Amino acid sequence: MWSEQVINMIVKGIGETLYMTLASTFLGYLFGLPMGILLTVTDKDGLKPNAPIYKILDVIANIVRSVPFLILLIMIIPFTRIVAGKSYGSTATIVPLTVAAIPFIARMVESSLKEVDPGVIEAARSMGAGTLRIVFKVMLVEARTSLIVNGTIALGTILGYTAMSGAVGGGGLGDIAVRYGYHRWQTDIMIVTVILLIILFQLFQTIGMAIANRLDKRK
Amino acid sequence: MSEIVVENLSKTFLSKDGTVEALKNVSLQIESGDIYGIIGMSGAGKSTLVRCMNFLEVPSEGRVLINGKSLGDYSEKELRKQRESIGMIFQHFNLLMQKSVLENVCFPLYIQGKKKNAAHARALELLEIVGLSEKQNAYPAQLSGGQKQRVAIARALACDPKILLCDEATSALDPQTTVSILELLKDINRRFRITIVVITHQMSVVREICNRVAILKDGVVADEGLVSDIFTNPKSAVARELILGDSGNDLRIKSSNTPEEIQSGEKIRIVFSENSAFEPVIANLVLTFGEPVNILRADTKNVGGVAKGEMILEFLKGSTQTAEMKQYLLDHGLAVGEVTDYVE
Ligand SMILES: Nc1ncnc2c1ncn2[C@@H]1O[C@H](COP(=O)(O)OP(=O)(O)OP(=O)(O)O)[C@@H](O)[C@H]1O
Ligand SMILES: [Mg+2]
Repeated sequence: MWSEQVINMIVKGIGETLYMTLASTFLGYLFGLPMGILLTVTDKDGLKPNAPIYKILDVIANIVRSVPFLILLIMIIPFTRIVAGKSYGSTATIVPLTVAAIPFIARMVESSLKEVDPGVIEAARSMGAGTLRIVFKVMLVEARTSLIVNGTIALGTILGYTAMSGAVGGGGLGDIAVRYGYHRWQTDIMIVTVILLIILFQLFQTIGMAIANRLDKRK
Repeated sequence: MSEIVVENLSKTFLSKDGTVEALKNVSLQIESGDIYGIIGMSGAGKSTLVRCMNFLEVPSEGRVLINGKSLGDYSEKELRKQRESIGMIFQHFNLLMQKSVLENVCFPLYIQGKKKNAAHARALELLEIVGLSEKQNAYPAQLSGGQKQRVAIARALACDPKILLCDEATSALDPQTTVSILELLKDINRRFRITIVVITHQMSVVREICNRVAILKDGVVADEGLVSDIFTNPKSAVARELILGDSGNDLRIKSSNTPEEIQSGEKIRIVFSENSAFEPVIANLVLTFGEPVNILRADTKNVGGVAKGEMILEFLKGSTQTAEMKQYLLDHGLAVGEVTDYVE
């Protein structure tokens, strides 16, 4: 049963999983990072408190985050069709993955930025730094270890989501696990894909932590 | 024209459990070149007051004028420009922990639009001034508290400020380091003619470097004036309390009032118990040997339940009679010890 065909399928699965995970995380940060920054800056103790903007972003984040991913995936199929042209396959799956990732990432960015010592921000203000400079030269720099650690967590979570999307024909290792393990009762293939998922997860974790540690100058 | 004028300043904070009047109708004038102390107990409103001086905190009422211009009249952008000429240092240093010492000092220079090379050159000059050139590539986490504060001072000086605000700048430091940082501040005040505002809760800091002082209590100025006047004639109860609380923990003894000829002579420590009549001993010593001695310090300590007096004497520089004088003190029942650890 470990024919060349199966091996090829698994290799392709790894590729698809990596593609979906990395692309969605990247797109998630493309939108989630600014959203997290805005949440931090417009909060009532932020640099530029703005209750309406904060409230709107806050509500959006809460709504999207409270919908379980599997349901979100199905719910936004029409939207996925508009963006990706179809609703199945790994490229199309990137759409719901990104939608789910944005508020999740925004919240983690928000919490990282809020950990920055207010004293350092105050010092920057006392030197005449404006809001943009404080965000980009103080907050993002001081919070970078925490941002990277959270980035690692985001990768891991999105990797988990890609496996879930397998249930609805999203492709990748999750898809293989569901098709062979559930529909055909080929447990061995399922176990192999699960082990591969664990290895990928560990890999992300190890690399992420190593980068975070290397960049942390606090010790 | 006074450099900093605080006019009928009030600040009220609105919090969940009601309002806090942190400052009530505070008025002060700080002249160019002053080292101006603002002292008070915790919660007196010192930080709030100093943060109003660069509008990090916007007063509820009243005005702050820097060189005659009211900060309240500035736009957000002009205010940021103005802040560049007011340096500030803090109790917990507030350095960028992820940036090297050099980059920390460069930070305000970049705000001013300096290019990397120019900023580095200027930052190195500043690190030289605070005596930390060799640490330029270190990170704040690798420095001691005193060194961190030196970096913060270099950073605050980067934009050639006319005013330096210090909020409890020595409160996280040990006495020895405190002295060295105060020394540096004094030096900066003299060399660069920078007006310094020193917030503290330690009277010893005020005594050490300030020429004027305002005593803040519950958001009100309780006493204000020349440090020497406040010390000799404190009008308010808080002032007396602060001065009293200060007597026991000298940062060090100033020897600036000591006649020159007895500076840097040999120092000894004498210890007397309650029944040794030490005063006449010193007087008689001077009469017998016809030579002045300098009393650097005299205090009493509770040692195991017995009051012990301690005095630090300094002999005339180059005196030939020190051996005999020590013997004289021993003969009169006093313990005599070497002084090696005395901080000048
Ligand atoms: N942002 C704020 N919101 C509400 N109350 C505040 C705020 N900042 C200060 N206060 C209150 O104002 C009063 C004065 O505070 P401030 O920090 O100026 O005191 P301080 O003299 O600097 O004290 P310390 O020596 O402890 O630093 C305190 O009662 C404090 O609780
Ligand atoms: Mg304070």
